[in-house]
Amino acid sequence: MSVVKIPTVLRPQVGGNKEVELGGATVGEVVEALTAAYPSLRTQLLTDDGSLNRFVNVYVNGQDVRYLDGLATTVADRDEVRLLPAMAGGEGRER
Amino acid sequence: MPKTYADLLREARSQIREVTPQDVDALPGGGTTVIDVREDSEWDQGHLPGALHISKSYVEQQIEGAVPDRDAPVVLYCAGGVRSLFAAQTLEQLGYSNVASMSGGFQAWKSAGLPWDKPVSLTQEQKQRYSRHLLIPEVGAEGQAKLLQSKALFIGAGGLGSPAALYLAAAGVGTIGIVDFDVVDLSNLQRQILHTNDRVGERKVESARKTITALNPDVNVVTHEEMLVADNVDRIITGYDVVIDGTDTFETRYLLNDAAVAKGIPVIHASVFRFEGQLTTFIPFEGPCYRCLYPTPPPPELAPGCSVAGVLGVVPGIMGMLQANEALKVLIGIGDTLAGRLLLFDALDATFTELKLRRDPACPVCSTEAVAARAEGHPLPVPVFGAPAAEQPFVLGGPA
Repeated sequence: MSVVKIPTVLRPQVGGNKEVELGGATVGEVVEALTAAYPSLRTQLLTDDGSLNRFVNVYVNGQDVRYLDGLATTVADRDEVRLLPAMAGGEGRER
Repeated sequence: MPKTYADLLREARSQIREVTPQDVDALPGGGTTVIDVREDSEWDQGHLPGALHISKSYVEQQIEGAVPDRDAPVVLYCAGGVRSLFAAQTLEQLGYSNVASMSGGFQAWKSAGLPWDKPVSLTQEQKQRYSRHLLIPEVGAEGQAKLLQSKALFIGAGGLGSPAALYLAAAGVGTIGIVDFDVVDLSNLQRQILHTNDRVGERKVESARKTITALNPDVNVVTHEEMLVADNVDRIITGYDVVIDGTDTFETRYLLNDAAVAKGIPVIHASVFRFEGQLTTFIPFEGPCYRCLYPTPPPPELAPGCSVAGVLGVVPGIMGMLQANEALKVLIGIGDTLAGRLLLFDALDATFTELKLRRDPACPVCSTEAVAARAEGHPLPVPVFGAPAAEQPFVLGGPA
């Protein structure tokens, strides 16, 4: 089981959890398990053709999977999979 | 029988290896630490390039900090070659095994026509104001002089910009530019510590100027009361050594990124959300740029701003201070920046997490291909918000 770190903005969709433990031998399988358990995440993480959305970065043990094997990147037991969308709040001004 | 000065000098000469100014000049850079042991007033008149300054009276207290490795090669010099011999004896007593004294001192160096630096002279008041910087070998008078000559631009005088601008002003960054077109609102004061209760309704750039000038009159505050847009971004950022990004929209962030990469200006980026912050330093072509990290912006529901989602006041405070830390290193030229690393802060867990970032070889802004295309006057298209690049190509500022 790998540990998937959920960003604050997506936590309401995973029951408020900061992290969830999921099985899967690759990033794709972990994301599949995640979206199976929490279907509303699917459109935010994946495009219609099933690839990762460009505005969500996925890191396995601190390394961006775009520069590993993407969704085919292998995930070992206890690996940390971190989902990280860009944050807006630079806090320059009120809107 | 008491010893005379001549006896002590003879002993020192017999113990300490002496090298000539020509020997010192021929040393390969970086390997040997050259230390000037004269008094402050002598150092201020000029010194060897790249030398450290530790007055003879502080050698025992400061040498371990400056040269931790007791087997590292060290050359000492003074004005005429006597004080440095005695100081070298002190180093040997402390266990330094590879110490030499430069014969003839700085006078012989100058007579030989070798190059020397005249340090930027700080006023008495500046020496006092920045004394804690001057005591740090990695900063010192030269680093302080660099800061005084530096120009830092803040995009936004808000939650991130407030602490960062206060600390850079306190540090003596000579020019602080501020881009902000907003006015101070009561809801800003929970975290935007540049501003005060009696300035609600006042223009933020003016409020920032008052606070910064009150803290340090050495700082020249340049206000840009306008929104950063494609038409003015080049004009505004030109001439600055570093940009501190405290923007709150993806449009502005991409705009700033693209212009700063083209001009080779480092951008210290941070963003915050409730209890969390992200921070990295974009140094063009050394590490990735913002487009390498996030090629396209998220949909609005995935990235609400602070005015919608809220933020714990200290989070932009902490992230802004880390931005100031990055900026100081960039400006002085010391340490390792966060280029190529994304630092995440979680205030609830009190944890920092570091992620590795890479340059995107296909980046439309900082790749080799993108640089070549800009040079030819035909910048590569970058994605427009909410639409894939293929559908709606758009070129920042148009062809040159």
